[in-house]
Amino acid sequence: MNNAIKIATRDLKAFYGPEQLLMSLNMDIQANQILGIIGPSGSGKTTFLRSLNRLNDLVHGFRIEGSILLDGQDIYHPDFDVVALRKRVGMLFALPVPLPKSIYENVVYGPRLSGIGDWKKLDRLVEASLKSAFIWDEVKDRLGSPAMRLSGGQQQRLCLARILAQEPEVILLDEPCSGLDPISTAKIEEALTILKQKYTIILVTNNTKQAARVADQTAFFLMGSLIEYGPTSDLFTVPQDKRTNDYITGRFG
Amino acid sequence: MKFLGEKGVRRVLAGIAFSAISALLLIALFIIKEGLPFIISYGPVKFLLSSDWQPQAGKFGIWPMIVASVWVTLGAMLVGAPLGVACAVYLTEFVPRRVMGVIKPTIELLAGIPSVVYGFIGVMVLAPLIRSQLGGPGLSVLAGAIILGVMILPTIISISIDSIQSVPNSYREGSLALGATHWQTTHMVTVPAAKSGIIAAIILGMGRAIGETMAVIMVAGNAVKIPGSALDSVRTLTANIALEMGYATGQHRQALFATGVVLLIIIMILNSLAGMAIRKRAGKR
Repeated sequence: MNNAIKIATRDLKAFYGPEQLLMSLNMDIQANQILGIIGPSGSGKTTFLRSLNRLNDLVHGFRIEGSILLDGQDIYHPDFDVVALRKRVGMLFALPVPLPKSIYENVVYGPRLSGIGDWKKLDRLVEASLKSAFIWDEVKDRLGSPAMRLSGGQQQRLCLARILAQEPEVILLDEPCSGLDPISTAKIEEALTILKQKYTIILVTNNTKQAARVADQTAFFLMGSLIEYGPTSDLFTVPQDKRTNDYITGRFG
Repeated sequence: MKFLGEKGVRRVLAGIAFSAISALLLIALFIIKEGLPFIISYGPVKFLLSSDWQPQAGKFGIWPMIVASVWVTLGAMLVGAPLGVACAVYLTEFVPRRVMGVIKPTIELLAGIPSVVYGFIGVMVLAPLIRSQLGGPGLSVLAGAIILGVMILPTIISISIDSIQSVPNSYREGSLALGATHWQTTHMVTVPAAKSGIIAAIILGMGRAIGETMAVIMVAGNAVKIPGSALDSVRTLTANIALEMGYATGQHRQALFATGVVLLIIIMILNSLAGMAIRKRAGKR
C-alpha cells in the first residue's frame, strides 16, 4: 500500500486550565484510510479530534503543547491559516447541526465562503455531495425546504454532504451515529467506506463494533493516553494490552 | 403562614397579580371612555387628518402631531437601530465574557437616567450645536430624533444581546468548522438566527420612542405645524397632551384624551408586532 502519512502528532499534550487532557500523544495517521478511535468517555477522544482542526481554540482556557503536522506542516504554528485549515479538515459533530437555512443553502455555505459564485458549478457540487452522502434521493425534490425539517439521520447526512462540498482532505467524525437509527447509521458507514478512497477519515466512536466494521486502523484511548494503535483486525483479535482487551470485551467502560 | 394555608396563599397572590392587570385595564378604559365619544362626535377623519389645531376656535385636527411623532420616531430608529444592533453584535461576538460582564450593566444603567436629563442635555448641547452648524431654530425634528435614538439604545442593545446569546453555540461551531471566518459566521449564521429577536428589540425601542414625552417636549420645539425639513420645530402627540392638559377644559380636554386613544392604539399595535416576532422565533425551535 502506498499510504503516505497525512497527519502526525508529536508529543501532543492538551490542557484545560490546570487539568491535562492529553498525555503526550505520538501518532502517525495514514492517508486514505479510516482511523477508528475508541475508548471510554472522558478518555480524550473528542479533545484529540477537535485539536486536529483547532476547534478547541474557541474554548477559553484550552492550551496545547507539542505539535500536529498536516502534510508535514505544523498547524499550531502562528503563521498557519486557521480558516484554511478548517476547509482542509472538515468535521461532523455528534449532534447534527444544520444551519437554519434551506437544504441547498446548507450545502453551498462552505463553497460560497470560498468564493464560488457560479450557479451551475454550485448546483453540480450540491448534487455530487448529496449523492456521496447517500441522501440525494431523499431530498432532491425539496432542496429549497428548511434543513431543520429533515429527520435526525437525514440532517446528519446533510451535514456530511456539506463537508464534502468543501472538498476537504481530512474528515473528522465525532460519534456521528450516536443519535441515529440503525438504517441511517448503515448509510453513513457505507458512505465512509467509499469516501476513504478520496479522503483521510478519523472516526471517534463509542461503539466498538462500529470501529470493527469500518475502520482500517484503530486506536484505543484511556485517560488521555494512547494505549494501543494498530490495524483493526489485529487490535480486535489479538490486543497487545490487557486494558484494550478488557475494553473491547466489555469488561469496563 | 399556617392559618393562611396553601390555597389561601394562592388566592392572595392571584389577587395581587390581577390588581396589577386591572390597573392597566382601568387606565385603558378611562382613556377610551373620555376620548372615544369625542372622536365619534367630532368625526374621526376630521380629527385625524385635519391640520387645524385651534382649541379656542373649537378646531381639533391632530394630523401635524401624527406626522411629527412619525418623523421623530423614524429618525430615532435611524439613529438608534443600527447603533444598537451593531453594539449588541460586537458585545456578544467579539468581546470576552468578562468584559461583557462590565459593559452590559453599564448600558442598562443608561436606561435608568431620567428622561428630563436627556432633554436637558439636548437643550444645552445638541440644540445650540444644530442651530450654529445647520441653521434653523435648533429645537427640531433632528434634535428630537438624536436624543430619542440615544434613549432607546439600552432597550435595543439589551434585548438584542439576549437574542444573539440564545443562538446555540453549535451553529457557530458548525459554521467555523466549515472554514468560515469569525465575521462570516456572525453575519451569515448568528445574526440571521437571532433575527426575529433583533426585530422585536427594534419594535420595542420604537414603542419607547413614540411614547417618550419629557425629552421630546424639551428638544423638539413644540410648534404645531407639519415639518418641512428635519430642522423645523414640531410637536408630537405625547407633547401635545402634556403641554395642554394643565389648562384644558370641556371639549379641549376631551380632544386631548382622544389624542391619548390614538397613541394607545399605535403602541398596542407595535407591542403586538413585537410579540409576534418573538413568538415566531419560539415556534421555530
